[in-house]
Amino acid sequence: MSSMIETVNLKKTFGDHEVLRGISQHIEKGEKVVIIGPSGSGKSTFLRCLNLLEEPTSGDVIFEGKKINAPKVDIDQVRQRMGMVFQQFNLFPMKTVRQNITLAPVRLKKMTQEEADARAEELLKRIGLPDKADAYPGMLSGGQQQRIAIARALAMNPDLMLFDEPTSALDPEMVGEVLSIMKELAEDGMTMVVVTHEMGFAREVGSRVLFIDEGIVAEENTPYEFFTSPQNPRLQDFLSKVL
Amino acid sequence: MNWLKSIGEAFYNAWVPEKRYLAYLSGLRMTLLISLFAVILGILIGILIAVTRVSSRHTKSPVVKFLNKLAVLYVTVIRGTPMIVQILIIYNLIFTSPNTNPVIVGAVCCGINSGAYVAEIIRAGIESIPIGQMEAGRSLGMPYRMTMTTIILPQAIRNILPALGNEFISLIKETSVISIIAVNDLTKMAGYVGSRTWDVIPPYVIAALFYLAMTLGLSKMLSMVEHRMEKGTRK
Repeated sequence: MSSMIETVNLKKTFGDHEVLRGISQHIEKGEKVVIIGPSGSGKSTFLRCLNLLEEPTSGDVIFEGKKINAPKVDIDQVRQRMGMVFQQFNLFPMKTVRQNITLAPVRLKKMTQEEADARAEELLKRIGLPDKADAYPGMLSGGQQQRIAIARALAMNPDLMLFDEPTSALDPEMVGEVLSIMKELAEDGMTMVVVTHEMGFAREVGSRVLFIDEGIVAEENTPYEFFTSPQNPRLQDFLSKVL
Repeated sequence: MNWLKSIGEAFYNAWVPEKRYLAYLSGLRMTLLISLFAVILGILIGILIAVTRVSSRHTKSPVVKFLNKLAVLYVTVIRGTPMIVQILIIYNLIFTSPNTNPVIVGAVCCGINSGAYVAEIIRAGIESIPIGQMEAGRSLGMPYRMTMTTIILPQAIRNILPALGNEFISLIKETSVISIIAVNDLTKMAGYVGSRTWDVIPPYVIAALFYLAMTLGLSKMLSMVEHRMEKGTRK
């Protein structure tokens, strides 16, 4: 296995508040890393540091063997190979579903409009929404919007997918449809880093689970070990509340 | 009924003899031309200033920081001083040559003034778009400028259309101020007619009706545009 993304002693401060206090992680190609932790623990900040939506205060982020938080790096090029899915979907409301999916690949000259349209059709079929190509995001349910947000990220053919609490803003009955898309993606071999509160997903899909607490990785393990014999007392406490 | 007859006569005198209606029409043409170019100039300045101000917060470039200071100064000065004084200064400062084109004079004066207001409207519009939209665009690998022009600005413009419409309507009205610098706009021409007939009220009432027709027409047009833009995309 080879390295997909790596962090070295990653730190991030907002003003006086030290959100990340040194995280060193090594994520291999094909791994599905699930990050859990209490709110405010820094798990979303960690994820957002991976594609530099947050600039680390110190430490390195190394993507496919290259340090990306360096002044000379074209971050836009790097981000084209890293998809991201947000808690609030963040679809473009004035564009149709098809335009949402094809906008970036066409504008960034990765595909022609025809190629992108064909890709959009294929992706919409894959997420089970082939008839929604001409709908506007505002007309769709939260679950449908999030599935389209996943398709939008996949249209760029990324090597790595980042998920920032993708089901936290959804009504409970819509969580399943989004998770099953993510599960299929995992089965296809996509490298994924997922911040979530869905313990079932972590256990079933994760190849490794991280517990981030107060800005450090307090515990990491395979899902089975992680959930059946947690070592860290704060993790034991956390799991007893959420399980 | 005598007074009614005399009012009718006064308006007749202000409109018909010596083909006076042509004076209004040439003034109207001047006002429309000045308004049109002033609106275009105002939008260009407005977008430039607004984008400078918004992007200065996301960059460390000293050039942009400096431009932002200039933009703040411009908006502060223009919004903090009367337009009539601005016009007198700009006119006497730049357009002192006797054969300058009055349309250019008027459009530059009004456009520079309008730009400051348009800039603030656009800035507020850009800031009203959730930060997630920019993040979504950037996370797909689109550069800042591309995300701004393809995703943020179209949404911002839709949001600010009513405010922008109001600004254009008041711009049309405010072009009347440039009649003080020897530009033969609608107000000025009405004044000329009044000085011929020795009765200034009817020509100014006529001019007022022209202004009213223009602003009503524009606000009608704008509400049609708004209506079209809302179609289909309503949340």
